Amino acid sequence: MRFVDEYRDADLGRALSAQILATVEPGRHYKVMEVCGGHTHTIYKYGVDDLLPANVELVHGPGCPVCVIPMGRVDDAIAVARRPEVIFTCFGDMMRVPGSCGTLLEAKAEGADVRMVYSPLDALRIARQDPDREVVFFAIGFETTAPSTALTLMRAKAEGIRNFFCLCNHVTIVPPLRALLESPDLRLDGFIGPGHVSTVVGARPFEFIPKDYGKPIVISGFEPLDVLQSVHMVLRQLAEDRCEVENQYTRVVPYEGNPRALEVLAEVFELRPHFEWRGLGFISQSGLRLSPAYRELDAELRYPVPGIRVADPKACQCGEVLKGVIKPWECKVFGTACTPERPIGTCMVSSEGACAAYYNYGRFAREREVV
Amino acid sequence: MCLAIPGRIVQIVDEQNRLVKVDVAGVQRTVNIGLLDTTGGGAGPGDWVLIHVGFALSKVDEAEAHATLRLLEQMGSEYEMELSELRASVIE
Ligand code: SF4
Repeated sequence: MRFVDEYRDADLGRALSAQILATVEPGRHYKVMEVCGGHTHTIYKYGVDDLLPANVELVHGPGCPVCVIPMGRVDDAIAVARRPEVIFTCFGDMMRVPGSCGTLLEAKAEGADVRMVYSPLDALRIARQDPDREVVFFAIGFETTAPSTALTLMRAKAEGIRNFFCLCNHVTIVPPLRALLESPDLRLDGFIGPGHVSTVVGARPFEFIPKDYGKPIVISGFEPLDVLQSVHMVLRQLAEDRCEVENQYTRVVPYEGNPRALEVLAEVFELRPHFEWRGLGFISQSGLRLSPAYRELDAELRYPVPGIRVADPKACQCGEVLKGVIKPWECKVFGTACTPERPIGTCMVSSEGACAAYYNYGRFAREREVV
Repeated sequence: MCLAIPGRIVQIVDEQNRLVKVDVAGVQRTVNIGLLDTTGGGAGPGDWVLIHVGFALSKVDEAEAHATLRLLEQMGSEYEMELSELRASVIE
């Protein structure tokens, strides 16, 4: 219990740990997937898994938006960013994601006008201030982030701004979960559901997990005690032979989600037939593009992009990490050829990525997991 | 960019474009609260909100806001990075 004293309420942490021990059947192995990278981060930082019995395994899921961007999309971004008329804007994390021939950061060093922004509204301001250039915003993220892009595009359209375009890579959370549940090489017992995505979509979209697959899911907050309590709720459902969607994070997540956010998503975006995910391959109806009413703001229609599918480097095992099939340290290049300073794969880039979280918090202090 | 940081709404900046000034750990910045415009919802000065990429994602109570801030402060460098990105943000 190395970390429990750092918890907001260490006694509660110890009590939950004891309750979890009392809930599990000895001899049964439990695999619980935390979908969201924010939870992965909490788990490694606070050693949440140290408070779990050895037969309860936490498996990391595909919920880090930077990690799931495939190489080909980075190449498309770089092709657009190199155009002399373009000011290319993106979130800081995205600049270091490797494509097949370098990163956006390297393209910038070679003269492309690539700028980091905090918000899509910052990108829109740049477009307003520099009407002679064309400003492209590289949009990434799940339903947590997509409504912000949507509102920004609605405002650009309402203001009649003609030099602002969106290269859309927004993705949705349900299809990859379904793909994982269908995958034969992964046996999961339950899920810790994503907290922030659920503030937008609510709990309802996850009902298919108990209904179609008979597994529990508990939507969770981000404090270590939240995660611990959510693990307990999953295990209790299993012990009581129940499976349902439970919400541990009611203080922030309403069951119905955010109706206004869902409305703007429906107005601005439509589903793509297919979208490629790093390591997971093509998943149908899993990505968003601009709806017909917003086509004139669509960077993919304005600029020629290579649009080529690029296989991940041979050494890279991000796909297995994103599916929870292997743990970060089981990747052959983990911590040697692939580090946060010089990432080979995406999971090492964002601090929400499982490899980066593990590298930053766990590598030197853990022996027990290396089995 | 994955973080959602709590901030307190200080004043309304642009009613029509749903822009408000928030105070986030002593940094004052403009963000958009348009996603909170639901029936009977909305947010105004004094309210605590979770902010993600320049937009208020949800309203939270003060205790939740402080608990989240404590958690973020313990993260160290990533939180510092997010704050410095926020400081560089100029939303109009
Ligand atoms: S160590 Fe690097 S290459 Fe291996 S899975 Fe992690 S991010 Fe991918």
